[in-house]
Amino acid sequence: MKTIIAFWNILRKDIENYYLKPPNISWGMIFPLSWTLMQLIRSPGNTGISELLPGLMAVSVLFGTTSMLAVTITFERKGRSFDRLLLAPISINTLVFAKILGAVLFGILNAFVPVFFAAFFIDLSGIDWSITVIAVILTAVTSALLGLLIAVSAREVFEAQTFSNFFRFPMLFLCGLFIPVDKLPAVLRPISFCLPLTYGTDILNSMFTGNFMFNTIFNIFVMLIFAALLFYLCQRNIKRKWIL
Amino acid sequence: MEIISVTNLIKKYGEFQAVNGINFSVEQGEVFGFLGPNGAGKTSTINMMVGLSRPSGGRIMIDGIDAIKDIKKVQRMIGVVPDENNLYYEMDGFGNLCFCASLYGMHKAEREKRAGELLEQFNLTEAGKRPFKAYSKGMKRKLTIAAGIIHNPKILFLDEPTTGIDVESARQIRELILDLKNQGKTIFITTHYIEEAERICDRIAFIVNGRIVKMGTVTELMENLEGEHKIKLRSDCSMKDMKGELENSFTDCRVEIPDDNSCLIVSKERIALSPLLQLLDSRGISVYEAKEVKPSLEDVFVKITGIEASKLKNEKGKAGK
Ligand SMILES: Nc1ncnc2c1ncn2[C@@H]1O[C@H](COP(=O)(O)OP(=O)(O)O)[C@@H](O)[C@H]1O
Ligand SMILES: [Mg+2]
Repeated sequence: MKTIIAFWNILRKDIENYYLKPPNISWGMIFPLSWTLMQLIRSPGNTGISELLPGLMAVSVLFGTTSMLAVTITFERKGRSFDRLLLAPISINTLVFAKILGAVLFGILNAFVPVFFAAFFIDLSGIDWSITVIAVILTAVTSALLGLLIAVSAREVFEAQTFSNFFRFPMLFLCGLFIPVDKLPAVLRPISFCLPLTYGTDILNSMFTGNFMFNTIFNIFVMLIFAALLFYLCQRNIKRKWIL
Repeated sequence: MEIISVTNLIKKYGEFQAVNGINFSVEQGEVFGFLGPNGAGKTSTINMMVGLSRPSGGRIMIDGIDAIKDIKKVQRMIGVVPDENNLYYEMDGFGNLCFCASLYGMHKAEREKRAGELLEQFNLTEAGKRPFKAYSKGMKRKLTIAAGIIHNPKILFLDEPTTGIDVESARQIRELILDLKNQGKTIFITTHYIEEAERICDRIAFIVNGRIVKMGTVTELMENLEGEHKIKLRSDCSMKDMKGELENSFTDCRVEIPDDNSCLIVSKERIALSPLLQLLDSRGISVYEAKEVKPSLEDVFVKITGIEASKLKNEKGKAGK
């Protein structure tokens, strides 16, 4: 019970203090939103929307999680308030779960901003929402864990930002969003297969457009492996770097 | 009863050994102080005891629990006020306290009640609605201390609680520490203010370069200086140039010139005044006050550690952030 109170309050504090603060709402939500509108204006008719939607959802998740988590944790560590969490009688895993959950929820919420607007233009009734939601959750989880990994490695807030961009932008271009993976230059293709986002986007593509590289079960499986691997790496580094 | 016991504690940062195998224990209900200059290893030691840092060697037992293996159990009953304030700058005082209370699993009604009480006790009720970043240094420090005791811990760790803040806040904090002691709390405090240690600690350990060089009650520590006599002379004229001549003429005395118009004579023997006064008189310096100076903890510290007390004091400004 005590752990649940602590867990819930850490989560709530992050949501109130970071995720719902105006600059972050604009970065996390207005940004994907304006991107959506821009694409809608650019593409003639409504035919392009279902092709664009998976990409927009993935971008929204990525922008809502990775750097948010990396930056807020680095910020708290720098300002020493993170010590307060390490001093609390809750396990590091509980703490990490609470921190990640905030980013995951925010990422999921962001993913559905473009969907909400697209619904005004196209018919989304044929979509398998349960698989779509699973894909979004897994994308959010892996992106958040990546953010945590960055947070564990960065000392300064600007470092966290740089690292985030370092991962996030290549990921955008290599995950098959704008250029399908099979059209990428052969040297880049292996890299794209090492990115969790590639598999999340593949599921979303298959849901909205029917085009895919791998079957959904395989994609989900790979993303789970990524999540487990990233979690393990974070945990190992946290013990080494947070408690000096 | 021993509530904290530390054996052979070591902390290395790479090759550098910041804490060199220290041993000490703290009795339940006492105020135990670590007194030492900047870089002595005080913060390193505290951080190992509270779970913010991993020891490179040694053993820490707190209330019968192995603090290295079972730190989360220990953290339930300790409160920590670190050297730097660690609250959330954007949140208001009340929100900060309630959040800290929630980390210990306190329910909403309970934490709001306790937060309100503490704000009142620290004269921060009005400030409780303002964000932490708008607080003065002294207010920040007081709120950080309030956050450290919000869950009513049995043992309190304070890392330089009064460094770099205004005199009045420092006084309130010292009063609070004595209050907590009267409530039966055990308090571990680090400081580089000698007078502070002398005023509030039951026992003091002098720590220098990661080693405890001396430990004991204030009275025990003072015994070290027994047999040393000190006389302070004051005059209207400058006595700066007299140091050499006085030491040459009175070979069993040590002479210090604390300021231009005074002169401190230190000796193992009782000091006879008239030869001193005659010598000074013959040089045209008339002494109008001669006073015996009782030894202070400062003298003990200087004698044992070889560190000039002024060096400790100079750090006052530097450490205040
Ligand atoms: N994280 C660290 N890495 C390397 N050296 C450190 C670290 N923390 C402290 N030190 C060094 O260890 C010594 C003791 O520091 P500290 O425990 O902070 O002393 P104090 O609190 O008594 O001022 C200092 O020389 C300091 O430079
Ligand atoms: Mg220190």
